[in-house]
Formats: sequence, structure tokens, C-alpha cells
Amino acid sequence: MVMAQAYPFGNSARMGPGYFPTLISGLLITLGVLVALRGVVVEGHKPGNFHFRPLFLVLASVVLFGFALERLGLMIAIFTLVVLASLGENEFRKREVLILASILAMGSFLVFIYGLRLQIPVWPLSY
Amino acid sequence: MDLLNNIGLGLGVALTPINLAYCFIGVLVGTLVGVLPGLGPLATMAMLLPLTFNLAPVTALIMLAGIYYGAQYGGSTTAILVNLPGESSSVVTCLDGYQMARQGRAGAALAVAALGSFFAGTFATMVIAGFAPPLAEVALKFGPAAYFSLMVLGLVSAVILAAGSLLKAFSMILLGILLGLVGTDVNSGMARFTFNISALSDGIGFVIVAMGVFGFTEVIVNLELKAKREILTKKVKNLWLTKSEFKAAAPAVLRGTLLGCMLGILPGGGALLSSFAAYTLEKKVSKNYAQFGRGAIEGVAAPESANNAGAQTSFIPLLTLGIPSNPVMALMIGAMMIHNIQPGPQIVINQPELFWGMIASMWVGNLMLVIFNLPLIGIWVKLLSVPYRLLFPSILLFCGIGIYSLSYNTFDIYIAALFGLLGYIFVKLECEPAPLMLGFILGPMLEENLRRALLLSRGDPTIFVTNPISAGMLIVAAILLGIVIVPVVRKKREDVFVE
Repeated sequence: MVMAQAYPFGNSARMGPGYFPTLISGLLITLGVLVALRGVVVEGHKPGNFHFRPLFLVLASVVLFGFALERLGLMIAIFTLVVLASLGENEFRKREVLILASILAMGSFLVFIYGLRLQIPVWPLSY
Repeated sequence: MDLLNNIGLGLGVALTPINLAYCFIGVLVGTLVGVLPGLGPLATMAMLLPLTFNLAPVTALIMLAGIYYGAQYGGSTTAILVNLPGESSSVVTCLDGYQMARQGRAGAALAVAALGSFFAGTFATMVIAGFAPPLAEVALKFGPAAYFSLMVLGLVSAVILAAGSLLKAFSMILLGILLGLVGTDVNSGMARFTFNISALSDGIGFVIVAMGVFGFTEVIVNLELKAKREILTKKVKNLWLTKSEFKAAAPAVLRGTLLGCMLGILPGGGALLSSFAAYTLEKKVSKNYAQFGRGAIEGVAAPESANNAGAQTSFIPLLTLGIPSNPVMALMIGAMMIHNIQPGPQIVINQPELFWGMIASMWVGNLMLVIFNLPLIGIWVKLLSVPYRLLFPSILLFCGIGIYSLSYNTFDIYIAALFGLLGYIFVKLECEPAPLMLGFILGPMLEENLRRALLLSRGDPTIFVTNPISAGMLIVAAILLGIVIVPVVRKKREDVFVE
């Protein structure tokens, strides 16, 4: 029903390379309108409730992980991600989370850096 | 005799120690994620993709394939013992499997699931070996027009087979196609929909979208669900079937396998649909249908065979046409491309070791699953007691590292997070993400073939109707579309998913 996210995308295409996208966008808009109309006409059930706490914290933890990875290194990024994501759970147990983060940090180091030799900065000063 | 030679060649590849080892890792990991609810094969394969960078292509594909069908085995274990589908394709197994476990027949249920799956896996492997090469030869004759129509047909059937609203499924496909078009236009070199962000000029990686929509979204949804887990701690014993059980299960296994093989080939099909359809069919044809839902062994045997068969035959369109039938197969295409393999009919002819090696490995993998899994069931059940609060940060972390290692660009992680949000909105709106992924991977191919076809015909759109192969497929697509609009069929279709 809120398919409208797709709308602004619609006709920003150019001729030539824009031929196919325009075609598809046109179809999508038509369908979007249809879905919206049905939503108005047919009494349906409402979309489920949004739970913002896990949504926000999980996504934030991932974004911050990406942000910290190249600047502060893998180790700090892992702790950021684990702690922040765990806040999304209702019961937050400090010790458990820190232990988990340490284990994951060590494990990731062994597997990804030592084992697979991925080029990921590990510490803040590894530049 | 060609077939025997080829299978010999395949076994030669599959039985090398390194391939054997990775096949084992694949099915083991697959079973593990199958057992654990809230972590699907798709997200796992995406996470493990970076691990395969250093492997030979055939080894990498063997491992990834192992994860997919291994997950089908694992899912049934959780379904039977905990009444919680470890995998969405095991939802129907819960109905009768858990009831059997409560009656103390857990051993029989697990055994029939494993044996049925093994039979189905073996049969499906033979189907692939028998049908894929001739199909590939036909596919080689396809021109751009035929390819375009084939993809249209594929997408149409994906809509029909998707659960939930048709309109929404259609919209999701179109949205997927649009997202797939982001990046530099192949023909003109012009950047489209990139908002002048240079990281977008190569398009959005499939793996990134998959991790966002399936990995992150799943975590968020699971966090709000708070599923309770009731674990049957009773010792599982008697891992074998009585004679009468065997008699009841055998025909069900056979029917499930055949149905699964057919549905697996269809675009949009695969393991999930196969298991649902097999259960419904079994309920209709079985003599003791009153037993269904109260621990009927057929109710475990049929869907479990079907989902394994479906999981395997869904490789057929991938290997012969280069067209994925479900998101997992789309990911396999992504993996192939990373290893510089162009998916499509050329694989069978130019890279027989790869093709037959993969097929043989599937059978070997199935054998491993039967041999190792029954004794290991105790361990799997213990794993279930690992609380989700420890699991999900690990999942997020591996997703994050996996995405970063694809191209060492943190921007990809942000994009994935964005798709995680988008995926969550879709879940709330009851829009299926699977058609989106199909549209996403097929979109660029669709455009390329459309343009090439029109170029060859000098802009004459009738080429799609005058080319016989293309016309045939468009007609089938139109008929299919016509059928679902008829209310009777629509109701039937809903019935299948309501079960």
C-alpha cells in the first residue's frame, strides 16, 4: 500500500538508455496505483506494528560497524556492533555481551585476518 | 554410455580430497543453519561467499550447493523435535513430525525424513544428469528474442507461485528490475540512477541486497517475535522404521520426490513450494487422511522428500539456461560470476568437469548427510539451546565482514543496512522479498536481450511473436497469467499456502 516509495524514481530516465527503465517504471506506477486503490476500496487489515527499538539498534549497529571499520579497525568495530546490537534485545547482560564480543573478535581475527588474509585494518594505528 | 562416462568424470572431480572436504563443510554448515531457526541458507551462503574467494570455482560451488540442500535436512530435525521449522521449507513437517515425536516416535520421524530426503536427492541428481545436457543444447539455439520471452515466462510463473497477493508480487518484481538497472548502462556507458555516487556506478551487488533483505531483516523480525522454544529432551531412540511404517512411507516418498522434481524446475519454485504442495497432495491421496496432523508418517515423508528434490532440481534452469529459479540460485549465479564463470548453457559443453563435478558432489553430499546426520542429531538439538541473543550479533558481524570483503568498500555496508530497512518495511506490508530478488538479477539480462532483439530486427517489435520459440513461451506466459486471474484457481493456490 505504501508502494509509493518507488514513485519519485519513475521518470528520471533519459531517452536511449532510459527506454527500458521508463517502460518498467510506467508499469510499476500503474501497479502501485492499483494496489493503493485496492487498499482504499477493500477494507483490509492494517500493516503490522513497527517495533522501532530492534529496527533502529540493529541497523545503527551495522552502519556504525561500517563507519568504524576503516577508521578504528576491526576490533573496535566488532565491539561497537555487538554491544549496540545487543541493546536491541530486551534483556541486556553486560558481562555476557562483552565475553561474546571478545570471542567474536578473536575468532574473526583468526579466521579472516590470519586464515584468509583479508585486507581489513585491525587496529586504529595499522595505517 | 555418454552419461556413464560423464558421471565417472564427475565422480572423479567430486571425490578429490579437497572437494570432498568442502562438500562436507558445506553440508555440515547447511545442516547447522537448517537446524537453527532465524538463519536461512541464503544469508549463510552470502556470508560464506568471501571464504570461497581463494578456492577453485568447482570447489566453491560444491560447498555452496551443499549448504542449500544440507539446510533442507537440518530444517526437518528442528521441525520434528521442537515443533519449530528451522527452515521455511520445513513448516509442514512440523504438523505431523512433532506429533510423532510427542508420541515417542521421534526416531521413526527423523529416520523417514532422512531416508526420504536421501532417496529424493539421489533421484533428483539423476534427473539433473539426464535432462540438463539436452536442455542446454536446446538453449544454445535460443536467440535474444527467445531469451527475453523465456525470462518473461520465468518472472510470470514466479509471480504465480509466490505466496500472497499477486499484485504485490508483480510490483516487487518490477521494483527488483529497476534496482537491478542501477549503475552504468552497458550499451551507452551512461550512469543511471546513481545520484552521482561513484560507488553506485557499478550497480548494487546482489549479495549486498540479499544480506540486507534476508540477513538483516530476518534478525530484526526475529528480535520482535520472541519465539518460545519447547525442546523435547526425551532421548531419541529407535532410529529406524517398522515394516508397516516403511510400507506407509514408501509411496509417499515416491510421490513427494516426483512432485518436488517437477516444481523445483519451475521458476519461483524450489524447496519451499515443493514441500507445501507435496503435503497437500499426500493429504488428498492418502487412505488414512484422518491421521494427518496427528502424527501420520506420510505427512513427514512426502514433504521432506519433496523439498530435497525441489532444492536439487532447481539447479537445472541455473545450469542450463543461466536463469535462476529462486533467490538461492540467484546467489549461485553471483558466486559463479565472482569466479569468472558465465552461467548458461555453455557450462555443460565448455566446462564438463565443473558441471558433472557439481552434480556428482550433490549425490556424495546426500550420502554424507544420511550417514553423519542421524548419529549427530543429539548435537544439533543441544545447539538449539544456544540463546538467540548470542546468535544474532554474530550473524550481523559475519554479514558485515562478508559485505566489506566483497569489494573493501564500507559504502556497501550502508547500502545493505538500507536494504535491511526496506526489507523490514516489505515484511510489514506483507510483500514477498523473493520476487524482488529474481527481478533484481533478471532485470539487466532482460533489458540486454530486449535491446539486442530489437536491434537485430531493426526496431520491429513483432520479432517476439514471429520467432516461434519466443512466441510459444509468450503464449504459455499469457495462459498462465490468464489462469490465475480465474478465481477458482486463485482460491486453490491460496489453499496450498494456508496449510
